[in-house]
Amino acid sequence: MSRIGVVVFPGSNCEYDAAAAVTRLGDQAEFVWHTRTDLDGIDGVILPGGFAHGDYLRPGALARFSPVMGAVERFAAAGGPVLGICNGFQVLVEAGLLPGALQKNRGLTFLCQPTTVVVSSTSSVLTRSATIGQELVVPINHFSGSYTCDDETHDELVSNGQIVLRYKENPNGSRDDIAGVANKAGNVVGLMPHPERAMTSLLGSADGVALFESFLGLKAPQPALAH
Amino acid sequence: MNYHVIVDVTLRKGIADPEGSTIERALPALGFTGVTNVHAGKSFRFDVEAESEDAALEKATALSNRLLSNPVIEDASARIGERS
Repeated sequence: MSRIGVVVFPGSNCEYDAAAAVTRLGDQAEFVWHTRTDLDGIDGVILPGGFAHGDYLRPGALARFSPVMGAVERFAAAGGPVLGICNGFQVLVEAGLLPGALQKNRGLTFLCQPTTVVVSSTSSVLTRSATIGQELVVPINHFSGSYTCDDETHDELVSNGQIVLRYKENPNGSRDDIAGVANKAGNVVGLMPHPERAMTSLLGSADGVALFESFLGLKAPQPALAH
Repeated sequence: MNYHVIVDVTLRKGIADPEGSTIERALPALGFTGVTNVHAGKSFRFDVEAESEDAALEKATALSNRLLSNPVIEDASARIGERS
């Protein structure tokens, strides 16, 4: 059984859903307050959705300087699995743990709707148990979710298989329909959709299970995943 | 010395600016024609204690690049200004 640390910033609001997704699949979830400076005994880290530090300045801009982020950086550098969902994704790009940036949605509206995402790479801790081309229905819930990066970064993302999920129908104007990306090693992943809200068909979709099953059961630190 | 610094944060060239283009599209409906090239950004004002103008601007630029802007998509420019 893995112990998954769910980081809680002031303003996080998806930490209980994330923890419930973890325990539903038989693993252990532990809340990690943002002032903590160690991740001892933790096998994987989730940065959940919400509005960390009020999303002031830019989403994730202040959260990246929370004390816990030093520990998250060391954990990631050692190969530990790190997953950023929605606001957690925004924190990871602001912290430089993932490339690119998230801008306001192209239509300038807050989007809260189911989306279909397509698995475009399986060399990440979030998609290693999925198959390329697999379609998953997962809800989105964001205002600043339009992924952007420069041409050079995009070329690297494509050639390294770092684009993990793409929208089937792009809701927010993100570059190349990107919904989620990984770092080069594949152990740090961020996505705008909320897989923790797609854990049972009773609530519309159970497609998040495939993603959580990939993420769970990994032990940290572990060597970088092969591509 | 105490200097008043104004920092403008704008989206880098080539980065989509949906706010700017929405404002630009709205203007003709209000009768403002001939307004183009609209860009939206943020402005910050603060006082900096430093030995010279250059030192104040250097400090402002450093903190702008570290916190006020995201260099992946934004440019920050600092200048000495009048207190408002």
